[in-house]
Amino acid sequence: MRRSFVNTLIELAECDPRVVLLTGDLGFMVFEPFIERFPDRFFNLGVAEQNMVGVATGLADAGFVPFTYSIVTFASLRAYEFIRNGPVFHRLPVRIVGVGGGFEYGTAGPSHHGTEDVAVMRALPGMTVIAPADQAQAATALRACWDMPGPIYLRLGKDDHTIVPGLDGRFRLGRAEVVRHGDDLAIIAMGAIAAEASAAAATLSARGIEATLVIAASISPAPVDDLVEVLSRFPTVVTVEAHSVVGGLGSLVSEVVAERGLGCRVVRCGVRTAGDGTGGGEAYLNHRHGLSSDALATTARDALAGLRA
Amino acid sequence: MPAADAAPFGCAIRRLVLEQSKRANVGHIGSCLSVADIIAALYSGTLAIGDPDDPDRDRFILSKGHAALALYAALHVRGWVSAAELDTFCGDASRLGVHPEHVVPGVDFSTGSLGQGLSVAAGAALGARLLGSERRVFALLSDAECNEGATWEAIMFAAHHRLANLIAIVDLNGQQALGYTKDVLDLSPMAERWQAFGWDVHTVDGHDERQLTAVISDLDTTSGRPHVLVARTVFGRGVSFMEGQIRWHYLPMSDEQYRQALREVDDASCAAALLTP
Repeated sequence: MRRSFVNTLIELAECDPRVVLLTGDLGFMVFEPFIERFPDRFFNLGVAEQNMVGVATGLADAGFVPFTYSIVTFASLRAYEFIRNGPVFHRLPVRIVGVGGGFEYGTAGPSHHGTEDVAVMRALPGMTVIAPADQAQAATALRACWDMPGPIYLRLGKDDHTIVPGLDGRFRLGRAEVVRHGDDLAIIAMGAIAAEASAAAATLSARGIEATLVIAASISPAPVDDLVEVLSRFPTVVTVEAHSVVGGLGSLVSEVVAERGLGCRVVRCGVRTAGDGTGGGEAYLNHRHGLSSDALATTARDALAGLRA
Repeated sequence: MPAADAAPFGCAIRRLVLEQSKRANVGHIGSCLSVADIIAALYSGTLAIGDPDDPDRDRFILSKGHAALALYAALHVRGWVSAAELDTFCGDASRLGVHPEHVVPGVDFSTGSLGQGLSVAAGAALGARLLGSERRVFALLSDAECNEGATWEAIMFAAHHRLANLIAIVDLNGQQALGYTKDVLDLSPMAERWQAFGWDVHTVDGHDERQLTAVISDLDTTSGRPHVLVARTVFGRGVSFMEGQIRWHYLPMSDEQYRQALREVDDASCAAALLTP
């Protein structure tokens, strides 16, 4: 989604001189087209994410629409209090862009795994939180939201190629997108891991289990009405996120079930355990945490079987 | 206008700080007295602020937000915070808390968490430059705030981008919450440290309004390096039993202490001494 992000940002910057791009010394082979086009609107702040958000706050107050860019963990966690006390408290249009949710930086290790960002961003009143599922949806979301009042957290995947079948780049703020219809259970996915959820739905279908697949990219504001509609129709719902099961999509769905008094069972697929010091690539780590398409299909099938038993 | 209107600005701030701290029964008095003359110098003409809503006004960020009462006092003297509102300080549903909120007319940024103000000020200064505005951005930091690593991120950023329209003032009172800075996390030599990071450094007497005003007015804020005034101050300045005493970071005043403190700041010789160059 990085190339999709920078290409869309160039479009926006062409139309609006308020758009400026700040990076925490990241974006090699990504930002060059932007830098070439707008050398005076690009700032590498060095390895200093807190200052980057502080500077963005001052720029936003001066009337600019600054985008800050770093890896998910550094963009969100390292600078968190600056985000809270700056753009959130002052309701300023700073756009915090984190790249590489979940285990996308696989072998880089746990310091680079983005597994708590949505939880902490979702806790900030007035923060718009968007986690697109693929690059086409990322571009749509950026075009739809870039000029909104208040701050935005945009969680981008690294993958510039994988497309979630049926999504067709759709994005609506405060809404969820249904990309597959089935009667046996619902799967709700957030972020780039949606591709695994989509593959799991296909695997289940081959085994005679038909799933409805919902993509929730607009996390705040939450797509509450769309979720209620889906959750009311299924006794079993599986949530999929490359993120802690605490505070992210699984929590959001569970909150909707509890607050609306719905009767469905929520099975949260996501990160539940801390690392043990051993690592590996993204696919390996996703599988280890139950997020590969095979693991998700097994979890969904077991959940259905458990319910029937 | 306040009762102390006739007194020099710094003494007016001191009196208001004492009155409101006593009325609200809160602490942070020593910090407010430490910066009273710096804020007086800024708000008695240095800051180009005709109207706190003018987009091209100079900006001021009280990065050491715990001295907000001194800022409220100055905003009151300037007529932007009414006497009635000042009397709500630290009350329920008041806009005037221990740390400043940007909803208050004249407060440009909310602060309270140390080490964040200079970054925001640097962004505001960069924004002014990009817009071609000649407005300046001032940030008042405590010395202990320089314990925060993020302060040095901002210091490096401002020097790298040669933000000449950024003026930091460090309230060098040598104290922090649990002790003297030399004992907690030694910051000396403060001036040399900023200089080594590429700033234009001026060491000044932080209780000399005239010197502060003169030094600031001589700064080239259109080109060159960002500026810092390392302002030597005395924590609790103007109230003898508070000066240099750590406990006045915390304590509210007893009735007797309040009477004595008022006597001291109202003393004409005190006012004269404070203004002697």
